[in-house]
Amino acid sequence: MGLVCPQMRRVCGMIGRAMNDGQGAPTADRTTARDSSRFEDRFAARATGIKSSAMRDLMSLTERPEIISLAGGLPDTDSFPDEIFSEVWGAVATTYKASSLQYGPTEGLLELRQDICEIMHSEGAIARPDEILVTAGGQQAIALAIGAFIDPGDIVIAEGPTYPGAVPTLTTNQAHVVHIPLDTNGMSIDSLEEHLDRLDSQGRRPKLIYTIPNFHNPGGVTMSLERRHRLVALAAERDILIVEDNPYGAIRFEGEALPSLYELDAGAGGVVYLSTFSKILSPGVRIGWVAAPAPILRKMNLGKQAIDLCSSTLGQRFIIEYLRRHDWREHVGRLNMIYRSRRDAMLAALSNEFPTEAIWSHPQGGLFVWATLPEYLQTSELLARAIERHQVAFVPGAAAFLDGQGQHSMRLNFSSSSEEKITEGVHRIGAAIEAMTALQRAFGGGV
Amino acid sequence: MSSPQRVAVLKGGQSLEREVSLRSAANVEAALQRLGHEVISVDADASLVRTLRAERPDVVFVAIHGKSGEDGTVQEILEILNIPYTGSGVLACVRSMNKVITKAIFTQAGIPTPPACAFGEDAFRELGVADALGDVEERLGLPLVVKPAKQGSAIGITIARAHEDVPRGIMSALSYDDQVMLEQFIPGREIAVSVLGTVDPIALPAVEAVFSGDFYDFESRYTPGMTELVAPADLSDALTAEVSRVALQCYEAIGLRGFGRVDMIIDEDDQVWVLEINPIPGMTDTSLLPKAAQAAGMSFDDVIERVLGEAALGI
Repeated sequence: MGLVCPQMRRVCGMIGRAMNDGQGAPTADRTTARDSSRFEDRFAARATGIKSSAMRDLMSLTERPEIISLAGGLPDTDSFPDEIFSEVWGAVATTYKASSLQYGPTEGLLELRQDICEIMHSEGAIARPDEILVTAGGQQAIALAIGAFIDPGDIVIAEGPTYPGAVPTLTTNQAHVVHIPLDTNGMSIDSLEEHLDRLDSQGRRPKLIYTIPNFHNPGGVTMSLERRHRLVALAAERDILIVEDNPYGAIRFEGEALPSLYELDAGAGGVVYLSTFSKILSPGVRIGWVAAPAPILRKMNLGKQAIDLCSSTLGQRFIIEYLRRHDWREHVGRLNMIYRSRRDAMLAALSNEFPTEAIWSHPQGGLFVWATLPEYLQTSELLARAIERHQVAFVPGAAAFLDGQGQHSMRLNFSSSSEEKITEGVHRIGAAIEAMTALQRAFGGGV
Repeated sequence: MSSPQRVAVLKGGQSLEREVSLRSAANVEAALQRLGHEVISVDADASLVRTLRAERPDVVFVAIHGKSGEDGTVQEILEILNIPYTGSGVLACVRSMNKVITKAIFTQAGIPTPPACAFGEDAFRELGVADALGDVEERLGLPLVVKPAKQGSAIGITIARAHEDVPRGIMSALSYDDQVMLEQFIPGREIAVSVLGTVDPIALPAVEAVFSGDFYDFESRYTPGMTELVAPADLSDALTAEVSRVALQCYEAIGLRGFGRVDMIIDEDDQVWVLEINPIPGMTDTSLLPKAAQAAGMSFDDVIERVLGEAALGI
């Protein structure tokens, strides 16, 4: 790296690209390996299924330092106590050096699976350690679930909007996604029923219902108890497996916790439950889990073996030692205090800055607000203007759909910015909206 | 092969074509390394000037598309730092970045280009230009191509087929630039002629982009397999000569050097219409210039070596 200044090293690292280290003449192998056109006709169909999009390219600009980004979804990791971090790593180093540097079982360390069962139990769900698969974060849990069930063209029911991070997983598995609208009480079960009837009349049956009942990402809403009961019953009646994604359940600022779909299913085998330590502890440890009936778990276990053999043993051991010494609920309590006031700042700023025709969710927990603007405003266009002229970014709603919906909506994250940044960021988005609204008025409203 | 040089490849930048630039630059860097040059990869950011001063490259290969790369900004910086650079100088970049200026120069030079008019965003808010849209439609006819005056890669372009689509298209275009151009829509074949050289530039074989959608949009441009690039384009000898002549005329009128690409339409009467000229043509896997060079029997490396060899200073 001798010839490259640290600043450049940082920049190049940021964009995640290999770069020439400048030391002497490059080898033939390395230069040809950079030439991406060499490989173009060899990629698998599922790897080329993702189209180029101006919107995705636009999102790469949100990393610029002068930009206030409400686009990310990062939990706050600053608030994790320094002394606890040192203490836990110290304990791992002293007692578990060799084993935590070693491979572990694919299903995850038994102690961790027992801890996970305890966490689930404290939330009302009963699972045995042999019904748990430890994964590399919740994202891998989603990928394994989709991978275990979905052949190209298979139908997956998902909320509309759905988790933007699940979109590429669904796309690469060539799922046919049917979006069911969300309202303040979560997925509309009436609409789900209509869709299932319609599909049934065409002789088609969905393989999975993928849902995020708690503090939906990006929708910001929580499924009501009544709908949870209806969903579990409906899925059982139609014999469709539910994949319940619950990364945010513990991130609740107010209101009563509701039972998970997994709990309501009461061991009937109708629900595959996914969760993660990313939001309650750290996304950096990359540890999530699946709770599912044994036959499903075996299939996912094989899928995981093929991908990474096992989740990080270091990460698992860190969590085990942390849970042995500390109450995770204390840390989550701290986080929830922080997030709550950030959410309040965001909701206040939205009331002040957004046009009266706009609507947005009032999440009781989680990390996101979903806002929908009047129809004449396209949020991907608004994003281009917001980045270029107002130095602020958000996720345009279309990123949360596979069928082109969401054009007038946006996802705003409140967990990773200070109250001041949130207030200023929403103010800037408001200014961008105002500029477009003024244009729309210039056309006499005829847009 | 020329003697090995220390080449800084300038890429990225903060334009909406940032990712396109990174893809172009990856191919340029690979070629420069194959040619034996020492490559310094520079992502243009706030420390650009300091980085260039510290690195002291012999020459800079500019591979930034759109804002700052194609509008003359980095060229101006390189003039000040006295580092020779590839491609066009400041003035030619300024002339080609804004489609309104380009069009005026083409018209003055007698180069056929679809009639158009353009307005800044303020004119809609402050001068009631929306009230004149009916007259614009009457003069230019429908459909209208509505595009940002300064954007590449077809970002923000819509084709307004009906009167009601025009305001929506303007709103969209003005999201990507503060000036919008309304241009007569010329249906026909999409042809690109790349040009190489400075003193005696040569036109490479014309490439035709055959795409399935409404027009040659961003998705069609950069998704492998979505557009078929036919090189050389299947044109009569007379048309082949004509598009080359027109491309060279455009190149000269704007004052490009090193390399460039002229985008045009051939309508059903075989009339050639020039849409725009690009001083930093795309070098991605799906780009037109590499395809044209291939059709001329030149390798990608030949192109890069030639462009590098003509790096210079001078506005």
